[in-house]
Amino acid sequence: MASTEEIRSGLADIVNDVAGIPAEDVQLDKSFTDDLDVDSLSMVEVVVAAEEHFGVKIPDDDVKNLKTVGDAVAYIENAQNA
Amino acid sequence: MPSALPAATRVVVTGLGATSPVGGDATTTWSALLAGTSGAHRLDDEWATDLPARIAARVAVEPAEVLDRVKARRLDRSGQFALVAALEAWSDSGLADGGADPERLGVAIASGIGGVTTLLNNYDKLLQKGPRLVSPLAIPMLMPNSPAANVGLAVGAKAGVHTPVSACASGNEAIAHGIDMIRLGRADVVVVGGTEAAIHPLPMAAFANMQALSRRNDDPEKASRPWDVERDGFLLGEGAAVLIIESAEHAEARGATVYAEVAGAGITADSHDIAQPDPAGLGATRAMKRALEESNLAPRDIFHINAHATSTPQGDVAECLAITNALGGETDHVVVTSTKSMTGHLLGAAGALESLATVLALKHRIVPPTINLDAIDPAVKLDIAREQRSLPDGDIAALNNSFGFGGHNVAIAFRSA
Repeated sequence: MASTEEIRSGLADIVNDVAGIPAEDVQLDKSFTDDLDVDSLSMVEVVVAAEEHFGVKIPDDDVKNLKTVGDAVAYIENAQNA
Repeated sequence: MPSALPAATRVVVTGLGATSPVGGDATTTWSALLAGTSGAHRLDDEWATDLPARIAARVAVEPAEVLDRVKARRLDRSGQFALVAALEAWSDSGLADGGADPERLGVAIASGIGGVTTLLNNYDKLLQKGPRLVSPLAIPMLMPNSPAANVGLAVGAKAGVHTPVSACASGNEAIAHGIDMIRLGRADVVVVGGTEAAIHPLPMAAFANMQALSRRNDDPEKASRPWDVERDGFLLGEGAAVLIIESAEHAEARGATVYAEVAGAGITADSHDIAQPDPAGLGATRAMKRALEESNLAPRDIFHINAHATSTPQGDVAECLAITNALGGETDHVVVTSTKSMTGHLLGAAGALESLATVLALKHRIVPPTINLDAIDPAVKLDIAREQRSLPDGDIAALNNSFGFGGHNVAIAFRSA
């Protein structure tokens, strides 16, 4: 199982690739939309890339609850441990 | 001949941009055309192995080297080309520093086929990995109006953004649409042009199966040879070209540098066949005549024609006949060329790139050569430029022809500034 920091770091690389946000800005307390300017279409791309990278499923209904990077990291951590 | 539109608004060209098989910008492209440089290459990709035609003219500079990475990944390749060319033209016009009212600024950027590589690449993902992996950006990338819309966003155009689609006549039709927007009072400035990115096995197989492509696979630089007796089809090219056109009044008020006047357009349809041109070139003849009429030009005013001439056995000769008929036989002083001999055929971008070449020919009074014309077809009675040719001083005019599958014919008339 990946550590919280490993998940954050992997997610940061994905956000950087999709949206061009510097990976070091992708911290747990940041909001995808308000702080990182990740729009809804880019968020779909981030989710699909994260599913593939971390080997988890993130249903569309759950995506809307992932407001911050911390929300997404916790979701992926739980899904991996499930 | 008097114009049907008395006192029509004069429209001028004030900016140029291109990314083509022979250069990453307008200046490099023009120098390469004057030097007779071919942009053709053999396709060494694995996907090309089984194709009947394994040659093409890719852009000289990959757009990924020029555009911001994140911006580029949200655009189809055709949209990338259009944005590169449009930003260059916009900057060249001086309008990037201000001077255009967004509500009086329009866009008409054409494409023949649209985002075909995005469509097909996403279909591959659908088959291989399922619907979840189809990009949420696929629709805004593949829609044919995507390049025009993205250029509109980049320059802040709010007077209307359009995408004429008429196969290989599309680029010229976009220019015609831009002229209309200005003459109808809908815009002062219009970003016009065309883009195409169709070097992919499916369109290449389809064109080859139509017997449209040259199969000179062992000698790609010799493949595009308009009017030569050994021509055997066109060479597929890719890229984009964009012109900034505006009312002469608007250009003058802001002290813009004018390359040439875009005097008028002639648009006709053959109503003959979906793929074959009218063998007598009647539709093409009428397009050129109407361009002259709309522009208040007489045949003796035309000193240069950038022909559609794609290097196909029938089309090249039919166009020559059409030129002779349109000018009433007054062709002795007309220098004709086909820059497709160097760039290949850019389909929906062809009219735009060749209009750019026509504008620069009028400005610099030089006609680029038609390369590979080793033995001219005896049916061709026109003066074809085999090397650089000079044009006379004074007030002269030129035509650029584009014809497309579907029977579309669009001629644009330009006048020296």
